[in-house]
Amino acid sequence: MKAIVAVKRVVDYNVKVRPKSDGSAVELTNVKMSINPFCEIAVEEAVRLKEKGVVNEIVAVSVGSTQSQEQIRTALALGADRGILVQTEDELEPLAVAKCLEKICNKEEPDLVLLGKQAIDGDNNQTGQMLAALMEVGQATFASEISFTDDAVTVTREVDGGLQTIKLKMPAVITSDLRLNEPRYASLPNIMKAKKKPIDVIDVNEIGVNVDKRVQTIEVQLPPEREAGIKVENVSELVDKLRNEAKVI
Amino acid sequence: MKILILAEHDNQDINPLTLNSVTAAKELDGEITMLVSGHNCKVAASQASEISGVSKVLVCDSPAYDKAMAENTAKLLSQLAKDYDYIIATSTTSSKNIMPRLAAHIDVQAISDISGIVDHDTFMRPIYAGNVIAKVKSIDAKKVITVRSTAFDAAPNAGGSAEVEEMSVSQELGLSSFVSEEVVKSDRPELTAAGIVISGGRGMGSGENFSLLDGIADKLGAAIGASRAAVDAGFVPNDMQVGQTGKIVAPELYIAVGISGAIQHLAGMKDSKVIAAINKDDEAPIFSVSDYGLVGDLFSVLPEFEEAI
Ligand SMILES: Cc1cc2nc3c(=O)[nH]c(=O)nc-3n(C[C@H](O)[C@H](O)[C@H](O)COP(=O)(O)OP(=O)(O)OC[C@H]3O[C@@H](n4cnc5c(N)ncnc54)[C@H](O)[C@@H]3O)c2cc1C
Ligand SMILES: Nc1ncnc2c1ncn2[C@@H]1O[C@H](COP(=O)(O)O)[C@@H](O)[C@H]1O
Repeated sequence: MKAIVAVKRVVDYNVKVRPKSDGSAVELTNVKMSINPFCEIAVEEAVRLKEKGVVNEIVAVSVGSTQSQEQIRTALALGADRGILVQTEDELEPLAVAKCLEKICNKEEPDLVLLGKQAIDGDNNQTGQMLAALMEVGQATFASEISFTDDAVTVTREVDGGLQTIKLKMPAVITSDLRLNEPRYASLPNIMKAKKKPIDVIDVNEIGVNVDKRVQTIEVQLPPEREAGIKVENVSELVDKLRNEAKVI
Repeated sequence: MKILILAEHDNQDINPLTLNSVTAAKELDGEITMLVSGHNCKVAASQASEISGVSKVLVCDSPAYDKAMAENTAKLLSQLAKDYDYIIATSTTSSKNIMPRLAAHIDVQAISDISGIVDHDTFMRPIYAGNVIAKVKSIDAKKVITVRSTAFDAAPNAGGSAEVEEMSVSQELGLSSFVSEEVVKSDRPELTAAGIVISGGRGMGSGENFSLLDGIADKLGAAIGASRAAVDAGFVPNDMQVGQTGKIVAPELYIAVGISGAIQHLAGMKDSKVIAAINKDDEAPIFSVSDYGLVGDLFSVLPEFEEAI
């Protein structure tokens, strides 16, 4: 079985970003970039499936700038076999990314496509669902457990009310939630090996999809700041404040 | 403007969060139709018809739409979409599953989790875990939108008298099937609807220790939430997670206990009206967003707090 994993280069989750001074966009100069944490979980899952003998080839795909090769390398160091970069200097929207991924999938014919549930920059939570629609296959978002039978995959999903288990025909699109697994650290030998694994670079203009922006960012701003509060000395002061000052209990 | 709202329901009751979408739709100033698709969902449809502001309810009752499976539901929505300018749902795991799929079917770039409406095609939405708010303008002819429930009030669920129209569509695509669900049953209010939320973090130490929050929640009529660390450690189930990638809450009072205050947690609760924090580390970041901070050991503070309220 062949798996494609979509990985996105995003601002590292420890960074607290700020708008540029003109409010046109988020300041990304000299900011630490990483693989989106949910994509890392998706890669880890594919690697575990390979270790179990369920998957035999893992292709990591990213849509983004030349630097996104770093995140593809991260995936290769974790255990993916090869990479594909759909290169573009523009930040594409989820629909455009899904269209690029669809083209790749048409060519690669994977049995399974794994994505993160959400990219922590745009917080869109859309791409996997869109890709599944374009491919006209089943989808399981927010996966916390995946198991396979002959030509079906059973997925447990983290939903608002608890957990839901569904079964999908293959090929299928699955997006990872936080508790699907805990990604390993890439070992030094594996990081070295990853340098030799192939990455195909395809220019976005050659892939034949319209990636024009549909949603323009007019400005970005800081959310309203909370005013710093006070420290109370003890429980009775806390209760007094909540009862008589804030009047919330 | 014609607006279609996807109702979330369990075939009996409309999920109260759907009411927040109605308020958002009212701001867009159009005629509001609500789709109730499900199986044996007539009761839910009649509830929907009473929501103030809804002028029409479409009922699509078929096994194909049971459990709101994304494939069939998104297909149904895509067939209805031609008659509407906006298709809206409240941001929940169910609508996050369905709406982007619909958007791709009709070639629209969806807009997730809006927190404000500027005009007919311009919206505010939090990005980067709410560290930044973006003002975005959609140039698609149709809009597919999910609405952040904490940013819009709930519309009254009574007083309306919408016309109910039954549809006889039923298309089972056969791509996915429901197997089972584990629904966490609780007598407490829903996290996303509660006036008071008390959440525990890794500092709680164990699942058993979460019982220290029970008595307080009982007395205050509060819901109980958790940080990701508490869920990952297996102290409590996933549906209790508050944060960027969990539930977004904005109660009157949020009490964070043994939670450090990582950005991803703050993303889910910093719009609460009043925040109180109990933490033994006086430099924990949670104190920077708290109105009232108490530095202390939760194991002695909580019993005392329960006693005092
Ligand atoms: C992609 C991604 C998404 C994420 N999404 C979320 C999310 O949705 N929600 C979320 O919460 N997190 C999320 N996180 C995780 C987040 O970064 C933090 O790791 C997490 O919130 C920490 O949880 P915590 O505060 O309970 O634990 P810790 O950071 O370990 O803090 C525990 C706190 O308890 C205090 N404490 C310990 N013992 C006591 C005691 N006896 N009395 C009083 N205080 C005590 C300590 O001083 C400390 O401040 C996400 C992370 C990533 C990478
Ligand atoms: N530019 C991209 N390149 C590769 N994968 C992407 C890209 N954008 C989004 N994805 C995938 O889609 C998931 C969800 O992203 P989003 O819909 O943007 O929240 C991510 O975790 C990735 O797996």
